[in-house]
Amino acid sequence: MREINVTTIIEEVSRLCIQANYFLNSDVKQAMEKGMECEDSQIGKEILDKLLINANLAADKRVAICQDTGMAVVFVTIGQEVHITGGGLAEAINEGVRRGYKEGFLRKSVVSDPIERVNTGDNTPAVIHYDIVEGDILKIELAPKGFGSENMSALKMLKPSDGIEGVKKFILETVDKAGPNPCPPIVVGVGIGGTMEKASIMAKRALLRPINERSNIDYVRNLESEMLEKVNQLGIGPAGLGGNTTALAVNIETYPTHIAGLPVAINISCHVTRHAEVTL
Amino acid sequence: MHHILTAPFNREKARMLKAGDTVSLSGTIYTARDAAHKKMLELLKENKELPFDIINQTIYYVGPCPCREGEIIGSAGPTTSYRMDAYAPTLIKLGETGMIGKGLRDQNVIDAMKEYGAVYLGAIGGAGALMAECIKSQEIIAFPELGAEAVRRLEIENFPLTVIIDSYGNNLYESGRKQFMKIKL
Repeated sequence: MREINVTTIIEEVSRLCIQANYFLNSDVKQAMEKGMECEDSQIGKEILDKLLINANLAADKRVAICQDTGMAVVFVTIGQEVHITGGGLAEAINEGVRRGYKEGFLRKSVVSDPIERVNTGDNTPAVIHYDIVEGDILKIELAPKGFGSENMSALKMLKPSDGIEGVKKFILETVDKAGPNPCPPIVVGVGIGGTMEKASIMAKRALLRPINERSNIDYVRNLESEMLEKVNQLGIGPAGLGGNTTALAVNIETYPTHIAGLPVAINISCHVTRHAEVTL
Repeated sequence: MHHILTAPFNREKARMLKAGDTVSLSGTIYTARDAAHKKMLELLKENKELPFDIINQTIYYVGPCPCREGEIIGSAGPTTSYRMDAYAPTLIKLGETGMIGKGLRDQNVIDAMKEYGAVYLGAIGGAGALMAECIKSQEIIAFPELGAEAVRRLEIENFPLTVIIDSYGNNLYESGRKQFMKIKL
């Protein structure tokens, strides 16, 4: 049995919160640079240029890339041979978020109740997903999720007869309807299959995948390419002012589902698409 | 066309701005987003005064990040504007001439902009660090309990903006998109 003390977890989560919010990931940066070369709109090119300048400025000055530093979504992969000592795992993650958002001067964007809406003042609680695996690793993936794009996400329980064409239609409709709201260029995370909540979690997880990494399932890989091409033909463009760089990637995850169902979840992320991870 | 403009500005000035124009805005503006708008509309319902005189003012839809000691403000880019659509027509009717945000607006807002003379200016969504550089001072003037959502008075210099929807109802999101749309759903 491997022991990991909560102190390590608190420190690492705190560090990841700051890292994800200050530094634009290199894969996203490269995709935006590539977008600048392929963008036909002059305004679109200028917007992409300003977004890159903004990212460099944030890194240099050690400030948040965007003021919406998000609600902390945490994916924990924990080996069944790991024993957490010194306290509870969830509380350690929340303490890490609390410290990271305070010490990193990040915005506190969480309210304690969806209807009563009083700010918790420390950006907790996080939304935590656990995956228990064999072995003795502890992997923490942290994705601060802004709500400009989260609000443009959607879930639909399609019929099996809707098939792949139904999935395509739903993806395009969702991006079309979102228009300029989610701060394009966006990343589109799609979860197909499972149950209602499984599809949503897959869609969120899909956003964590590196921009250039494609699915290893043939038809899914083709669907990702086709959807990226079609999404970029919608004309929305950088900041929604028109252009052909609407999305940087469409990442799709699938899972077995019920004979009666075809759940599809779409989670949209802004151009920042923050995530940082550590394996302990 | 590029405009060098100072806020506050009146309805006649707002009428001169056309969708697609760029604006360097300097002067004084106020911040408010979801919670502050809700509270301001509640004040009006109770026949109380708003935290600032709304006539000719511009509201920036933003909830900035905190900052280190000695700095002016943390990252401060625009939030998505449609969440203020329920409140904006009332404020426009009372004299608000400018709104700064990002994203779509509903027809009620556009109708009020046309009727009274107000303009919707777009800041670049996600460029919070860059926008913060143009903010020269900030002061919380109402609802401090709302934290990032409190109403702030900002002094700004050369805020880089684009006219998204003008007071005639022209919409850059629609016209800009049309040029590059290759598939229509």
